[in-house]
Amino acid sequence: MRPFENPVIPQRETLLAVENVSLAFGGVKALTDVSFDIRKGEIRAIIGPNGAGKTSMLNCINGFYHPTHGSITFKGEKRRRMRPSAAARGGIARTFQNVALFKGMSTLDNIMTGRSLKMHKGFFWQMLRYGPALKEEAGHRRVVEDIIDFLEIQHIRRTPVGKLPYGLQKRVELGRALAMEPELLLLDEPMAGMNLEEKEDMSRFILDVNQHFGTTIALIEHDMGVVMDLSDRVVVLEYGRKIADGTPQEVKRDEKVVAAYLGVAH
Amino acid sequence: MFYREAGQFKTTYAADMAIFPLREDRIGLAVIIVCAYALVFTGNSFLLQAVMIPFLVFSLAAIGLNLLTGYTGLLSLGTGAFMGVGAYACYKLTTAFPGLNIIICILASGLFSAAIGVLFGLPSLRIKGFYLAVATLAAQFFLQWCFIRVPWLVNYNVSGAIEAPLRTLFGVPIVGATATPETRYLVVLTLVIGLTWVASNIVHGRIGRAWMAVRDMDIAAELIGIRLLRTKLLAFAVSSYYCGVAGALLVFLWYGGAEYDVFNINQSFFILFMVIIGGLGSLIGSFMGAALIFILPIILGMVMPAILSPFGIGITAATVEHLRFMIVGALIIFFLIVEPHGLARLWQIGKQKLRVWPFPY
Ligand SMILES: Nc1ncnc2c1ncn2[C@@H]1O[C@H](COP(=O)(O)OP(=O)(O)OP(=O)(O)O)[C@@H](O)[C@H]1O
Ligand SMILES: [Mg+2]
Repeated sequence: MRPFENPVIPQRETLLAVENVSLAFGGVKALTDVSFDIRKGEIRAIIGPNGAGKTSMLNCINGFYHPTHGSITFKGEKRRRMRPSAAARGGIARTFQNVALFKGMSTLDNIMTGRSLKMHKGFFWQMLRYGPALKEEAGHRRVVEDIIDFLEIQHIRRTPVGKLPYGLQKRVELGRALAMEPELLLLDEPMAGMNLEEKEDMSRFILDVNQHFGTTIALIEHDMGVVMDLSDRVVVLEYGRKIADGTPQEVKRDEKVVAAYLGVAH
Repeated sequence: MFYREAGQFKTTYAADMAIFPLREDRIGLAVIIVCAYALVFTGNSFLLQAVMIPFLVFSLAAIGLNLLTGYTGLLSLGTGAFMGVGAYACYKLTTAFPGLNIIICILASGLFSAAIGVLFGLPSLRIKGFYLAVATLAAQFFLQWCFIRVPWLVNYNVSGAIEAPLRTLFGVPIVGATATPETRYLVVLTLVIGLTWVASNIVHGRIGRAWMAVRDMDIAAELIGIRLLRTKLLAFAVSSYYCGVAGALLVFLWYGGAEYDVFNINQSFFILFMVIIGGLGSLIGSFMGAALIFILPIILGMVMPAILSPFGIGITAATVEHLRFMIVGALIIFFLIVEPHGLARLWQIGKQKLRVWPFPY
């Protein structure tokens, strides 16, 4: 008898491992004993009903919340507590469920701010601007312009982002995250509140980022069609617990998942 | 018609990132600077001593506060005290090292207020908004107490006042009783232009973006890798530096001497009003705010009696003073309600209209 083999994705190395993470706010248990891993180069979806703890999970990964139990290993380094800015330095970028852009700044400045960590000219050169600081600035501007072209937002380059429609704001926020050239990109409902066309655009951008830049992506999304199309593997949370983990096909057939989703009538 | 960007193409990112990308803006700026220097030749000491020098000093202080409040979003009510630190530091420096060039003393005195500013900025990591304002208010009262109670600061002078000693630059007196308004004006103007240029460089680069990011959404800024405490403290340092230098200029190149009372809480509010009316987060706005709050009342004081006297309405100096307060107060309320971005925004809108004129858009 031949062993049955899935047409599996090649086993890639683990970029991030979440081990037995629990998180509680007072009496509210947002996460209970959750473990899963994210492999290099994959698109990993995190799904689950409202309040399942998906956003809390991302917040733990990038150091915004500190798990009450368990640990997170990123690039082979295990850690209990970490400042968000340290996560950024380590190569983790993210977008937010409710857009968190710098409202008073233009699209260009928002994305340029994403380059902050890569700019090193110190205070003295910044005071002079002309010379090394401007040269550095121009170099980063080139990268930012590439991102602007890629996301097709040339026309809103100089618009203060507070004035942009929601769909475009989400795009600018993705641009800002991309400007960090992250190894791991966390996207919290990047397509929420978008129409079909905008969703298609955003899906295309996510796939392109993953394929062309090899960026590993963790994606929270409610639209099951999008999740099935985009993701390599899916982890399902419900009431802060992991109830399923596997390829989109496996997860879709899982009884617990079906029950969870029928339960909240999606 | 005359204010157009058409035909002015940028071929490099460096050119596109120029602070004044439009040729008309650069010409306008050059004209303003030339005119400012040309005022010296009017020989009008009242204009220089009572209008232009204080206007420039307040503009510099307003820039300082704007860097903190307008760009970084940290409200401070300690501006007056930080100006005082600069003034007292300059006094101590120039009396301790009489041979040291006074310009260097003035520029170095800002470093002392920067250090004090950082100290009182430390709570800003934990507290925000109203509570931070209260913490800076504590700085205001504590520092003012120091100005009164620490006689060492005034070199044990019984009058408790600091006085600008005679200091020269290239043999010309620029500080002290014999310095003419013209020379003092030239020194102040040059320093203010230089410092404004530096401030403009800072806010248009990496540091300015980090400040604005902290102002607009500190959580997102942190997740981008911006260190909040460091960024806020830098804002406190640079802001207090500017306020400190403004304080030193106020005593040494305008008043010629001062007591602790010059740096009271009213001074802090005065500067804050300039920043609000001029426009939070705008350097040009800082100048506009200073002009409106400081120069407009002077003009009103001169114009009002002239307008009213033909109608047989005599107006006393005290009434003029009251009217000035009322008008400035009304303006502040107007701007807070109608245009929170201040004169700078009105200016921008005006320029935009001019750019597309004669078409509506
Ligand atoms: N800062 C917080 N303080 C208190 N409770 C919190 C906090 N953040 C999250 N929670 C709670 O943790 C639980 C999980 O919330 P979380 O935002 O992670 O859910 P989610 O899966 O992202 O939901 P949604 O699909 O609505 O975005 C919820 O019950 C929520 O009320
Ligand atoms: Mg969520």
